[in-house]
Parts: sequence; C-alpha cells; structure tokens
Amino acid sequence: MADTPVHAFLDFEKTIAELEGKIEELRHLNDGGDVSIVDEVERLQTRVNRELTQIYSNLTAWQKVQVARHPARPHCLDYVSALVSDFTPLAGDRTYAEDHAIIGGLGRINGQSVVVIGQEKGHDTESRVKHNFGMARPEGYRKAQRLMELADRFGLPVVTLVDTAGAYPGIGAEERGQAEAIARSIEVCLNLRVPIVSLVIGEGGSGGAIAIAVADQVLMMEHAVYSVISPEGCASILWRDGKFATDAANALKLTAQDLLQLGVIDEIVSEPVGAAHRGGDRAIRAAGKAIAEALSDLCGTDGAVLRQNRRKKFLKMGDTAGI
Amino acid sequence: MNWLNNYVRPKIRSLVGAKSDVPENLWLQCPSCEQMLFHRDLEANLNVCSNCGHHMRLPARRRLDTLFDDGAYTEIELPDNVADPLKFRDRKRYTDRLKDSRSSTGRQDAIIVAHGTVGGQKAVIAVFDFLFMGGSMGIAVGNGIVAGAQLAVLQEAAFIVIPSSGGARMQEGILSLMQMPRTTIAVQQVKEAGLPYIVLLADPTTGGVSASFAMLGDIAVAEPGAIIGFAGARVIEETIREKLPEGFQRAEYLLEHGMIDMVVPRHDLPESLGRVIGLLGQKSSGAEIIPVTAATAAPDADSGGDGAAPAD
Repeated sequence: MADTPVHAFLDFEKTIAELEGKIEELRHLNDGGDVSIVDEVERLQTRVNRELTQIYSNLTAWQKVQVARHPARPHCLDYVSALVSDFTPLAGDRTYAEDHAIIGGLGRINGQSVVVIGQEKGHDTESRVKHNFGMARPEGYRKAQRLMELADRFGLPVVTLVDTAGAYPGIGAEERGQAEAIARSIEVCLNLRVPIVSLVIGEGGSGGAIAIAVADQVLMMEHAVYSVISPEGCASILWRDGKFATDAANALKLTAQDLLQLGVIDEIVSEPVGAAHRGGDRAIRAAGKAIAEALSDLCGTDGAVLRQNRRKKFLKMGDTAGI
Repeated sequence: MNWLNNYVRPKIRSLVGAKSDVPENLWLQCPSCEQMLFHRDLEANLNVCSNCGHHMRLPARRRLDTLFDDGAYTEIELPDNVADPLKFRDRKRYTDRLKDSRSSTGRQDAIIVAHGTVGGQKAVIAVFDFLFMGGSMGIAVGNGIVAGAQLAVLQEAAFIVIPSSGGARMQEGILSLMQMPRTTIAVQQVKEAGLPYIVLLADPTTGGVSASFAMLGDIAVAEPGAIIGFAGARVIEETIREKLPEGFQRAEYLLEHGMIDMVVPRHDLPESLGRVIGLLGQKSSGAEIIPVTAATAAPDADSGGDGAAPAD
C-alpha cells in the first residue's frame, strides 16, 4: 500500500495510474460504506500491488533512471530529518560562499555522533532553486572537504548521501576551480582516518557524485543509478542523438544491480514495492538500518587501517572487476 | 565555394582513387593566425606556429623525445587489463573502436609511461595520447598512472603527468569513473614518498581527468592556450544560455584565476621542469631536519584523529 500519494506517474506506470484512478473514484462514491464497493476497492488495491511488484522487479535501466529522478522520491533532507537526531547544519567553505546544493552538519545516528554530508535537490520550485537542483559548485565540494576534515580531527564517522545530476557547469564554477574542488574532495575522502559510508539515494551523477562517494562502504538504494555520464549526455556524444538515451542507459550499466556485480558498490538497500516515491518512510528506515550496520562494522577499526583498506579497495577498481 | 565544389569533387576524387602517393598536408594552416606552415618546419618547431606562437597538439612520443635529456628514455610495459569490461556497444562496438585506435596509433591505449632524466633529475613521465580515443581515461590509462607512480616511488624519481584528454572513457562506464579515486591514490603515494608530482596540463584537460590527478599536482604547469576545465564549453553554454567570456578555460585564464602555477611555452619546458624538480628534489638536508623539530613539538601528530586539544 502506498505511504504517500503519487501524482506524477511514469510512462511505464499507465496501468497503475488507471487502477488508482478507479480506486479514487470508488472511494469518492462510497461515503456510506457500501460493502460491495469496499470489496471492490480492496480487490483493485491487490491488483495495484501485484502490478507494481511485477513492474518494479523488471525495470529497464532507463526506467530506473526515471525512478531515480522521480520528484516524489525522498531526498537528502528527508533522510537526514528521519535518521539523524540533533542535526546541526554547518555552513560555508570559509573561502567564498555557502552552497546549498550540498548540505552538511553534525548529528547522531543511533546515538553515535557523525558528520553528515549530502546533495539536496529540493522538492518544489523554490527549494529546487535554493539548492540549485542538487548541482554543487566548487564551494559545495570545499564545504564537504572542510566537514570531512573536521570529522577526521574529532574522530567522527562520515556519512554521505549522494543525489546529484552532476557538478554544476557554469562560468563561475569553472573560474573557481570546479575540477580542483572535486579532485581535492576525492583526495580528502581517501585521507580520512575515520569510517566513511556513502549511500546513493537517487542519482549518482559522475564526478559530482564520486567527489563525496569514495567510501569504505558504498551502499545504493535498489532503484538508484550511478554513472560516469548521464544517458542523455552519453547518447548525444556516442550516438550523436540524445534520443538514444534508452540504449545508452543500458550500455552504461548504471543500475545498483549492475554495480554490485562490477564490485563498485558493496550493498543494495531494498525499496518497498513500487519504489521509494511510494514508500518513502519504509525506504528511509531500510537505509537507516543499512547505514547503522555499516558504521558499526567499521567503527572498531583503527584509523590507519581504515584508510589503508579504503585505498586498497579503490586502487583495485577496474583491475579485477567486470571479468 | 559553390555546390559544384561541395558535391562533384568528392565523386571525381573517389573515381580517380582517393589515395595519392604524395603525402597530404604538406602545408598546414595555423588555426590561430591562418598562416600556412610547411609540415617539416612545423614539426621541427615542436608544432608551435612560427608566426604567432600558437601551440598545436604534440604527439605523445614527441613529448617524450623533447622532454627527456638527449631524447633518451625507457618506456615501460603496462599491465594488461580486461578490455571492454561492460561489453559496451553504441553505434559501434567498443572492441572495434579499440581495434581501430590501436591500429591507427600503434599502441595499446591512450597513455605511455617512460623513465629517464629531465634536466639531470630522475623522472618518470606518463603522457596521454589524444589521438587514442580522445585521450580518454579508462582502466588501461588508470593502470598507466598507477604503474608510473609506483615506478617513481621505486626509483625515487619525480613523477610528471601530461594529460591531454577529454575525460573519462564512457565505454567503460562506472569503471572509468572509478579511475578518478584510483589515480588519486597513485599520486598520493608519490606525494607521501616526498617526491615531486608535477602536472603539465596540455590541450585539452577536461572532465574526469581534470577532476582527479590532473588538478592535484604539487606544481601545475600548463602550455599556452591549452583548454583546461571541468565541464565542456558547449555544456556550459547550453546550461546558462550565455556567451562564454574571451579566453574562457584557456591556460592563461586559469593562471589569472589562481588555478595553476605557470604557463610555460613548449620550448622552455625541459629547462623549467628540470629546474623545478631540482629545486624540490634537494630533500636530503630537509629530510634530516624535519624529524628533529617534530620530536621537540607537541606529541599529538599520531593520535589518530582524537583531536581533543588538552583543556587548560
């Protein structure tokens, strides 16, 4: 059953939209509690669930991209407000500006003090503009570096939530060293002597994502995607036509399932039937459990060993994977 | 130009036979000042326009010939890797693209690693070959950077990387993205061994290459006019729907914005790089002094991130 009403249906959810439309109609008719109508609603609801299970266990790569970008999907701040107590946002890169595309701060997960860093896309026009649709500028990555270094000094684990189409391509961003900011952020991740756990909650968009996702444990939501380039971008370069995004999505192997097989991620977090945009609370709870487990696995390990293992892990990437 | 030029000539040419024995492009036009340049002169001048000083791309091998002392160096063999890990296919199979690039360039992938001396100083150079799939970085290029870095550590040599790359190799998908942390670890090893890591940014250095090892040099040198940036100019223009400023993402622009240390003309590079390595490389005296001062300082260096400063 749906936790949250879904208004934006994806093109492959037509049957669901029709069924839910019928349910809505029947519910509207039935003010008096007519038993036969209640039965009918229940029957339809069962069908919806069956259809959803069917559709969502057979999503194509391109459909996953659409699900990962669904506007009703829980975003970074939804995860933070549900999973992090005493959340205390920290702002600014101390050099130029505060970038709202990357949120970060102190808080507790299961009582353990942590530093949380994540990309926030926003949920309505106003917040989307404020957070720049989750596309960070160099300041965002420099804030992330600052917070990671803070975590390192105080021995706090770092949790990052990845959800971005990519780093922002703009004049100012280039002038202020977008490439350097991302590179340095990767370097800081690799230098940490505290545990770092990353969870890709929606879109893991290229350099903008990896900048905060070089982690001891990289987790990924079941219907999230993570790629070196957007399928549209890839299609327009290699197929010379953005219309081939479906083919590009397939070729890029960007689903959580593919990435687990390639050894790039460590664990997939299950989403409820019909994905996180239908069951946000349950998706977040499952994510919380996975993060807490990853943290408790890592927390006893010596800092130098953590760092060494992390470097070993990423030094091997591509060396053995994909055979 | 008229329709005759456009449509008839290619047909006639194909009837006569496209290939002639006379090498094409005996004369090249400088893309900057449009001066016609004789190809031998241009080559002798390291692909720098003798009229306006415009730097055209230099083939990877020529790079090594000109940078190493007396053009003497030893190329190292790079480890094999899984070709086409994703079984990638766009309009063409990736394996076919690889085959084409291999036969046209005569090398396995987009990087060459060699060691020798530069200005009398030991150096390992990893140079990108832009002609091999746009110098894009996949696993093989990652292997090159890792091998080069490790060789530098082994030989206690400076590590010089010369990127000329559009970025990550899309055909290797996420595994090419993973070369960003991988190459970063490689250059960290050089830095932690106390050896100079120098990046010579050549045209172009963008995308995943610029956003990893290429921007982490102890010293960042660029060639005049080189395009250096993260996002491609077209992507930026489409995003912001504005015209880009003059000289945007050029080496000189980056210098002005504090992103690189210096812009050095190609002819001066051997001397400049040798001098920089020499200046950084005199670490024998420094290495002995540092532990002494460290021992007298507060013993908190290795407390492992505990960080709590002693309260008063």
